[in-house]
Amino acid sequence: MKPFLAIVRRDVRLAFRQGTDTLMTLAFFVIAVVLFPFGVGPEPNVLARIGGGVVWVAALLASMLALERLFQTDYEDGGLELLALAPMPLQIVVLAKVLAHWLATGLPLAVVAPMLGVLMNVPPDVFPVLVAALLLGTPTLSLIGAIGAGLILGARRGGVLLALLVLPLFIPVLVFGVSAVEVAAQGFSPKASLLILGGLLLAALALGPWAAAAAIRQALE
Amino acid sequence: MSDLAGFFAMGGYGAFIWPSFGITLAVLVLVWIESNRRLKRNERALAEMEKGLGGRR
Amino acid sequence: MKRLDWFANPARFLKVARAVQPWAAGIALGLGAAGLYLGLVASPPDYQQGESVRIMYVHVPAAWMALFCYTMLAMASAVALIWKHPLADLAAKATAPVGAAFTFLALLTGSLWGKPMWGTWWVWDARLTSMLVLFFLYLGYIALNGAFDDPARGAKASAVLALVGFVNVPIIKFSVDWWNTLHQPASVLRAGGPAIHESMLAPLVLMALAFKAYYVWVVLIRIRAEIAAGKIRAARLRATGSAAL
Repeated sequence: MKPFLAIVRRDVRLAFRQGTDTLMTLAFFVIAVVLFPFGVGPEPNVLARIGGGVVWVAALLASMLALERLFQTDYEDGGLELLALAPMPLQIVVLAKVLAHWLATGLPLAVVAPMLGVLMNVPPDVFPVLVAALLLGTPTLSLIGAIGAGLILGARRGGVLLALLVLPLFIPVLVFGVSAVEVAAQGFSPKASLLILGGLLLAALALGPWAAAAAIRQALE
Repeated sequence: MSDLAGFFAMGGYGAFIWPSFGITLAVLVLVWIESNRRLKRNERALAEMEKGLGGRR
Repeated sequence: MKRLDWFANPARFLKVARAVQPWAAGIALGLGAAGLYLGLVASPPDYQQGESVRIMYVHVPAAWMALFCYTMLAMASAVALIWKHPLADLAAKATAPVGAAFTFLALLTGSLWGKPMWGTWWVWDARLTSMLVLFFLYLGYIALNGAFDDPARGAKASAVLALVGFVNVPIIKFSVDWWNTLHQPASVLRAGGPAIHESMLAPLVLMALAFKAYYVWVVLIRIRAEIAAGKIRAARLRATGSAAL
């Protein structure tokens, strides 16, 4: 347990000391959402109709920004090789790094989302559902993203490639995340969609670290 | 003659049917052409390389 | 596994490939011609859809091939990662563009069939959406494979991606059962046997077999190209190695 928390603490401290990851993610999130009223016009009904989807897509794209560097710095300075040789299984190392990544990017996204919901005229009583869905969905995005981040180690144009690889895999999370918000906006219970999001998270927790570790091992060979 | 015209019209659906078959054929042919080009290019380069190495020995 | 090991020697594989290739070509062209004749000329129009049902004879086989090729891709990737069979990487790399082409054709012909049938070029139902995701998976595989200076690294990375994305294949197959879709449910590959008339089943099966033979034909060509490329790389490495001595 101690080494696991050590990795988490180290990565989170690095993230907050630099500050760029969190700020960049949040800034992109805000800007991306703000563009929509300019693009589709400020009419409240239109914004409310697409609000849940816009906030979700923006959160998805924003959470991808910091993924490229999830393993990159450790890969370049040799730290990743040391971690791979350590007694702690590589899957747990991945889990620790993903947790740190989520604390620095996904969690802030979920917290800030209601403010952006206001901009998109999402009804306020839907905000708890929006936050809950993002809290369930963003860790899944980080886990799936970790697989992509491992695959592109050492690749040319890694950032763009990461987007191409990972965005199709994000789609189920997006579909059910938006569905939770829209269903709640219509007054029905979002429980089914939230449960599916939870299921996706459990599946990602089970499979993600394993696949990401396999990808990292290929990179280190 | 009207039979042939009727065949091409395909009951009014010609504009959908012929591009479907045509583009399918075109894409499959293009993939085949590209694959063969790649093979010939690589085999030619390999032959030249082996000739060069054989000469040097 | 013993039989696969036998193929690990490229020279042996090339001998078999050169023998098989003309047969695959002949079958593809022959069955294809027969299928096209039956499909476009000698089969009846549909009671409900009229002549537009003929698009089925390219759309359905293309869709089947899209799934088949990805399954082959995933299997080759698994063999490459687990048993490190030297030809498995090449087979996977050779399959991907062919599978992508078939997926594109399935989407395109589906759209051309959908417009007269459903009145729309596209709809975001489960079947079409998951097929589109399959297309992106192929593109991602091809991009990842070529993104590294070391081709072996690219092969390994894309192999992992192929396996991760395989979860999409059963989703596509069962999407019309699990969700309420505009796309019609399975009428051929289902429990209880095919539900279409034999005059339509015949061109469908002929085209499907022709596409399969085409796949074998083209993939053999592509694997041969990859083997040659590998030999060039090995020769270059030897040349620089001896130059350095």
